[in-house]
Amino acid sequence: MNQKIILNSIIFILFLSTIHAQNKEKKTNQDFELEVEAEYRYFYNDATFSNQKQHFPSIAFTPEYSVDWNKGYEQFNVTGFFRLDVDDERTHWDIRELYYQKAKKSWELSIGLKKIYWGVAESNHLVDIINQTDAVESFDGEDKLGQPMVQFTYTTNKLGSFDFFYLPYHRKRTFSGAKGRLRFPVFIDKDDLQYESGAEEWRQDLAFRWKHYFGAFDVGLTHFYGNGREPLFTFDQQGNINAFYPVINQTGLDLQITHNAFLWKFESIYRTAKAQDFFAMVVGLEFTFSNIDGNGLDIGLLGEYLYDERDELALNALQNDMFFGSRIAFNDTQDTSILIGGISDLESSSKIFSIEASRRFGSSWTAEIEARIFSSIDANEFILSNFQEDSFLRFSLSKFF
Amino acid sequence: MKKIILILTVLITLGIQAQTPEEHGLQIAKAAEQADLGFNSSTVNLKMTLKNKNGQTSERSLTTKTLELTEDGDKSLIVFNSPKDVKGTSTLTFTHKVGSDDQWLYLPSIKRVKRISSNNKSGPFVGSEFAYEDLSSQEVEKYTYKFIEEKGSLLVVEQDPVDPKSGYTRRLVTYNKDKGYRFEKVEFYDRKNALLKTLVYSNYKLYKNKFWRASTFIMKNHQSNKETILNFSDYNFDANLSEEDFTQVALKRS
Repeated sequence: MNQKIILNSIIFILFLSTIHAQNKEKKTNQDFELEVEAEYRYFYNDATFSNQKQHFPSIAFTPEYSVDWNKGYEQFNVTGFFRLDVDDERTHWDIRELYYQKAKKSWELSIGLKKIYWGVAESNHLVDIINQTDAVESFDGEDKLGQPMVQFTYTTNKLGSFDFFYLPYHRKRTFSGAKGRLRFPVFIDKDDLQYESGAEEWRQDLAFRWKHYFGAFDVGLTHFYGNGREPLFTFDQQGNINAFYPVINQTGLDLQITHNAFLWKFESIYRTAKAQDFFAMVVGLEFTFSNIDGNGLDIGLLGEYLYDERDELALNALQNDMFFGSRIAFNDTQDTSILIGGISDLESSSKIFSIEASRRFGSSWTAEIEARIFSSIDANEFILSNFQEDSFLRFSLSKFF
Repeated sequence: MKKIILILTVLITLGIQAQTPEEHGLQIAKAAEQADLGFNSSTVNLKMTLKNKNGQTSERSLTTKTLELTEDGDKSLIVFNSPKDVKGTSTLTFTHKVGSDDQWLYLPSIKRVKRISSNNKSGPFVGSEFAYEDLSSQEVEKYTYKFIEEKGSLLVVEQDPVDPKSGYTRRLVTYNKDKGYRFEKVEFYDRKNALLKTLVYSNYKLYKNKFWRASTFIMKNHQSNKETILNFSDYNFDANLSEEDFTQVALKRS
């Protein structure tokens, strides 16, 4: 089903692109790039559940093709993704992007599979809702599945930009398989999760965003109406889990004030559904000491407070927490950078520490090191308690062709 | 009538003679700005070669679009084409004649547009010997001036940055008054007033019979012995760019 849709949309978009390409010959720019990534994840604690592995060597391919014409005002982009992993559920492929775009003066139109990012915070991405999270790909939720859409953007000089989204198809979230870590006692098969909506994944969803800036202020106001991207977990009296995708209305606000070396950030959402209404927010700041040594060393300090009214049912377990972090950028020719952070629950002992470092080698290689450490996880944590033995180290090496 | 002209001429001559070095310096800076007025918009490709003290090199390539504005500072959009891992990363800058610039960064891997602080003026641009302030739009209001000397067609003016966040106490700029007041050389003095860097402009070309643009910039750091060479190619003054090409929406598609 899924593949058929994708195939149809490819044909449709290629068709659109060729028509336009024929109409306006002129100069076209084409570009092909391939990233091959070798990755190794090592979970150094014994597994909580049987069948879970400790060593996860893996390889991923990200091919990208883009062509633009009409001075770049028309373009066609494709980004594919394939990963082979020890965990069968983490072995997956996706079309991250496949869209045709046309821009003219104050408007822009995109048709196809695309990725949209909303928000300003670092430790949690609340307002960002257009794409389904590729939950098996990374822990930070920044990897996303390609979302089919028609996006129309209208930009004004005085009132900012207005984005309208038509989202005809919902994509389910994938959870770790039996061999995988970072999972619940019962392995969740994504196909077992149902929809509240009778139209299921074919529910026609809508979203809107207004984005503007005034001096030091950057403001975004968003609304989404459709199948939720996060499944909702409920329990019956026998204690059985019932998980499904509810129909939600979500209003979001994101605000950043940029003043000298300070970035003040605020993100909040209010989500309503038949089964659940709640409010969540992130408020924080980032301060950067720049060029400390006269050689380009920047040290940024980050602090964010996270609140989620869902309490322990919040899927990301960030219900009343503090995040502290530091971003160190050397601004050297290899773009060496390090991000260190820790999230601490204000009501329990639970803490998650993380470190991410990256550096380029030569002109076409990059290396990354990542560690996520679950520390003193409270046994009463509904979600996190399942991950208490899942601290891991990750090494990856990428070659760009 | 003749008398009036005579008196005026005398007054003007006296006026020039009475001009302080500060006034003369400012006059030259304004003349240079005037000479470059009216380019409207331009696009150019740039290859950056970074050389460390052992002579090892690494390269970056980028495309820059500039929109000329007269009431406020220029707008610019820079897109990285290489190294490949940062390909598509781009920045949008709204320069202001007074106050700090507005700047956004686009990260293509996660499709995020992030407003960034323009506070970091003295830091290196992508590991090069160019600081952010060396590459930003040169607005007259950003410096105070002092005329130093005249050598044939070359005029040397000292420029002191107004912004206390600048990495320099002063720069010595050599203008060529016969060639539209183009820059020939800039010497940068660090916060301790020691010579830090020298930037030499070469391979100048005249575009549209008015605008001088150097094809090569060589920035030499005297303290670290590192060097960065900029090679500009495919200057285009006929792109007819407008405000709509310099928005956060345009930043994402660039």
